[in-house]
This record gives sequence, structure tokens and C-alpha cells, in this order.
Amino acid sequence: MYAQMVKTAGNGVKSQTDMTDQEAAFQARIDAGEKIEPKDWMPDEYRLTLMRQIGQHAHSEIVGQLPEGNWITRAPTLERKAILLAKVQDEAGHGLYLYCAAETLGVSRDELLEELHNGRMKYSSIFNYPTLTWADIGAVGWLVDGAAIMNQVPLQRTSYGPYSRAMIRVCKEESFHQRQGYDAIRKCAEGTDAQKHMAQDALNRFWYPSLMMFGPSDKDSVHSEQSMAWKIKINTNDELRQKFVDQTVPQAEFLGLTIPDENLKWNEERGHYDFSQPDWSEFFNVLKGNGPCNKERLGARVKAWDDGQWVRDGLMAHARKKSTKLAAE
Amino acid sequence: MKNEWPLWEVFIRGQHGLSHRHVGSLHAPDAEMAIKNARDVYTRRNEGVSIWVVEANNIAASSPSNKGPLYEPAESKVYRHPTFFDIPDEAGAM
Amino acid sequence: MSSALFEYLLRLGDNTLILSHRVSEWCGLAPVLEEDIALANTALDLIGQTQMWLGLAGEVEGKGRDADALAFRRDVWGFRNLLLLERPNGDFGKTMMRQFLFDAFNVVNLGYLIKSSDPRIAAIAEKASKEAAYHLERSGDTVIGLGDGTEESHRRMQDALDELWPYVGEMFASDTVDAEMVAAGVAPDPQTLRKEWNEITVRYLTEATLTVPDGTFAHKGGKTGVQHTEHLGHLLTSMQWLQRAYPDASW
Repeated sequence: MYAQMVKTAGNGVKSQTDMTDQEAAFQARIDAGEKIEPKDWMPDEYRLTLMRQIGQHAHSEIVGQLPEGNWITRAPTLERKAILLAKVQDEAGHGLYLYCAAETLGVSRDELLEELHNGRMKYSSIFNYPTLTWADIGAVGWLVDGAAIMNQVPLQRTSYGPYSRAMIRVCKEESFHQRQGYDAIRKCAEGTDAQKHMAQDALNRFWYPSLMMFGPSDKDSVHSEQSMAWKIKINTNDELRQKFVDQTVPQAEFLGLTIPDENLKWNEERGHYDFSQPDWSEFFNVLKGNGPCNKERLGARVKAWDDGQWVRDGLMAHARKKSTKLAAE
Repeated sequence: MKNEWPLWEVFIRGQHGLSHRHVGSLHAPDAEMAIKNARDVYTRRNEGVSIWVVEANNIAASSPSNKGPLYEPAESKVYRHPTFFDIPDEAGAM
Repeated sequence: MSSALFEYLLRLGDNTLILSHRVSEWCGLAPVLEEDIALANTALDLIGQTQMWLGLAGEVEGKGRDADALAFRRDVWGFRNLLLLERPNGDFGKTMMRQFLFDAFNVVNLGYLIKSSDPRIAAIAEKASKEAAYHLERSGDTVIGLGDGTEESHRRMQDALDELWPYVGEMFASDTVDAEMVAAGVAPDPQTLRKEWNEITVRYLTEATLTVPDGTFAHKGGKTGVQHTEHLGHLLTSMQWLQRAYPDASW
């Protein structure tokens, strides 16, 4: 997802007997549906895992601005340009809310950004794929935001108060994102032959990377189990992936587009679609830095940050001068 | 000198005359810029008409260990909560 | 009159079109998230103003062209924006300085257009002037903050001002189109706006500890469409790509 393969700190789920009294009381609060707030006691592993997860989620939002930002200056109409700009602006806002949530855990935004820039923290694999045509912008909104929403809606109930509140705000704002994407690709799918080609090509390229967003199967992972016990992960990766496929197939059919999977078939017995897994070796390669756009994406972020240093310093210096002057008066 | 912009907490009063409500945080070099940033970040969808910002450092917060003494007395005053009162449906919305 | 009015509306609409395009180039790349969001708001306001100005221009022209047709299907010679606004962004300081110089002009100009004899123009100006006032507050404060910030930020802002100064004069150049607008009570004479503009900008620039250049030379050719810079063609190449490559498509 936007937070993919976040390493859960610790050694898997602690049993009741392994827990200290404090840990047991903490788990009891979570089980009772209480929210954990910044000043409350929490296990170090919980704090660390959350920092990683929220940080990665935030990084994904801001790196995620780039593939769509790539088309703002080429949007085909004034209205499309305004919609896309507003959407990408929302991503910046979501990154901002999430960094703020992470900051309540005792790490600053600049520290998190440094971890992103030096490669120690990751962002979602999906943003290392290129947006080559306008239909890709539709596909990103429809599939990528669709997949993200799948994960973010349940996260509104996460145990950590600030994260939950950030997610509520994000979900409220995001409702238009997937719709605008679907609307944009629909226009292509219903358009000229060239536009139809564009739409199908976009689906072909974004289908499997979208499935990868949920991460490899984690049904046997003890780490995931711990995160689920803490309610910072609500569903397994496979559950969400299945839900995404079930939701998306009819949407593609409505557009007259073909999902690039010969094994895709409704399974009456399961009440779900059967589908092919993405190529997980490709996924791990992208995580390692070998995706089509890894260098460009991170490079663009680092450059923006470095180029902005004098601006941040300049405005801060001015603020300091002003407050010294005020104090002297 | 550490140059990270300080963190500000943002409070917004919406259009319906309710009190300012905490909506989130942001970074800004000073209060004026914090208000402008708050306008741009937190009122993109016409959410508010009045903005307060407070530097996060300047907020004093109750500590969780005090949770008992500070809040429990209120818990026994359930009549303060509207759902305490059973209003017959015939009386209409209240 | 109607051809002069069309021309005049193109000037208004092309200014906001081209500037919004330049500002939108910052999306995802600003010095800090809060600025990224603020710049996008500015660009969005300007796109909205463009839709109104160019929409009205198309209506006045009466040949069935809407705002999109005007934005995406004209070539360089058809554009009437100020040269200042088509210049590449440069660093963040240049972007904010350009924004500031234009915002001050926009605020003053819209202040008169609110009283236009043409009610359609007055209505658009009414809405746009509120946005422009906020843009000026924001770009002006940023110019002050960076001008009076560190040594480096001061130097960069002075460089920006010096570089852009020769493009200021075009905002206040008057021609026969303007004369017709003045005669019909539609719009103010640009020459007369300079005094108010000076008062605003000098106030900000002084607080920013920046030196107002004394050069009086002014590049021209943008608002008349006679001679744009080379930059405009490149901007249009990306902006108009889809509409040009797929003329039969709708999006």
C-alpha cells in the first residue's frame, strides 16, 4: 500500500504471558477500542513501527505528486488542468497531515525527509512507474487511488489517535480523486481510436503495479500479526487485494477495457474473482531501486529540497530578526 | 543553528458560529506565515472563517497520569450529555 | 469596439493563463510542503480567472470559440500576455518576485475593472480582485521575508528584481486598444496605474531591504502580440500538445 512492507519492530506477537503489566494494560486499551494518544505510554516497538509506517505513507504522498505532476502542464483542457492540480495539491496536503501525525511520535519532519533522501526510508513502489500518456493520469486516479482508498478507509479506525484523525481527513478529501481518474480514463475509453488505445495501454501497464501496491501475501507473517494486534494494520494484504480486484473488474468492463490477465475469472464458489499474481521479482527489484523511475523520483525530491534550502533559511532568518526587534521594543 | 521551521497548531472556526476547533498542524517560520499557511492548507474547501495558530511548544497539555482526577468527576455528571435525556419521538428533533 | 474589446479580454485572460501555467510547474517541487500547497492555490485561482476572461473573450468574438479553444488552439502570434509572465520560473525567488510584481498590477487594475461600464467585466473583476489581494499579501510577504532574510536570500531577491525590472514597464504601456477601452468606460488607462503600483511595490520592497532599480528601459511586444520571447513557444508546445496531436478528441 502507500505504506508497503513496513517492518514491524519486535519479534512478532507477544503472548499474554510474555507481556509486562504495562504492555498488557496497553494491549487491553487497544482491544477495548480506545485510542492511544501521543502522551500515553506505549511500547517502543509500537512507536517505532508507527513512525516507519506513517513516515512511509507520508513519503508516498509527496513522491506520488511527481508522476501526476508530470502531466499538469500538458493537461488537455483548463478544467482538467485545474482538477489535476487540485488533486495533486491534495496529495501534498495529505503528506503534510501525515508528517504531522508522525511528529507526535517524537521525530521531526525534516528528520523524516532526510531518511527519505538518503534512501533509508521508502515510499510506495507504484510511484516508480512512468506516466506516459494522458490516459495514465486517468489510470492512476482510478487504480492507484482506488487501491489506496481500500487501505485508508479501514485505517481511519487505527489505534493511534493522530494517525486515525489524519486518515479521516485524508479519506474525506480523497473521495473525489478516484472519481476524477475514472472520469478521465472513461473519456478516453469512449473517445477516438487513438484515445481508446491510450486507455487500454494505460490499464495494461498499471494493472499489475497496482496489485503490487498491497504488498506480497502476509497471511503467515508474524510481524503483520503484531501490527494487526496493535490495530495499525487492519486487513491482510491478500484481503485488500481481492477486494480491489472484485471492485475494479466491473469498472473495467463498463469502460470496455480488458484487464491484462488471462486467468481472471469469476469464482462462483468463493464469491470472488480468481486472478494472477503480479511478478513479485519485479516488485522486489523496484523496492531495491531498479524500477523504471526510481532515480528520477528520488532525484527530483532531493533536488527540490536542496534548491529550497536558501528559501527555508531566508524566511526563518527573517522571522528571527522580526521577533528580536519586537522583543527590543 | 537548527533551521527547521517551528510546528504550529491550527484552530479554525467554521461558518456555523461554533468555537474554534483544532484541525491539525503545520510548519511556518512565524505566526503571520503560519496563519497564511493555515489558510492555504486547512481551508481549501471553505472550511473556515477564522483561524488561530499557536506554536506547538507553547501549548500546555494535561498529562495522561492525571487522566483520572481531571476527567472522572465529569464522567459522573452524565446529565451534561444530551443523550442522557430520553426525549419522546413525538416531541420532534431537539 | 468589439474587436478592441476582444483584444483587451485576451490580454487579461492570457496574463492569467500563462502565469498560472508557470506557477503550476512548481507542483511537487516547492521548497517546503506549505509553499507547494499555497502555490497550487494561486495557480488554481489564476486558472479560474482565465476561464472567465477567455470565456468572455470567446463570447465577445462570436465565432464559437470557447476558453479552451483560445487557450489551446492559438499560436504564439495570437497571444497577448505580458512578456514578464512567460519568462521561465528560475529559482523560487524569481518566481515569487514575478508573482509579486504582477499581483500588485493585478490588484490595482482589477480595482478599476470592478467599476467597468461592462457589467460582465465588473462581475469577473469583483471575484478576481479578492483572490488577487490575497496573492499580493502572500507574494509580498515572501518577498519581504526573503529580501530581509539571509545574505544569500537577499542577494537572490535583488538579482530577481534587477532581472525582471525591464519587464515591468510593459504593464503600463498604453495603445489604441486601451484608448478605446478608456473611451467606452470599460477599463482604466494602464499609464495611470503606475503611481498606485509604485506606492504598493515600494512599500514592500523597502521593507524587504531591496533597492528599486532606476532603469527605465522596458521590453515590449507581449501585450500587443507583436513579438513574444522564445520562451512562449516552448510553453505552448507542452501546454497545447494533446489538443494539437488529437484535434478530433474530446477530453
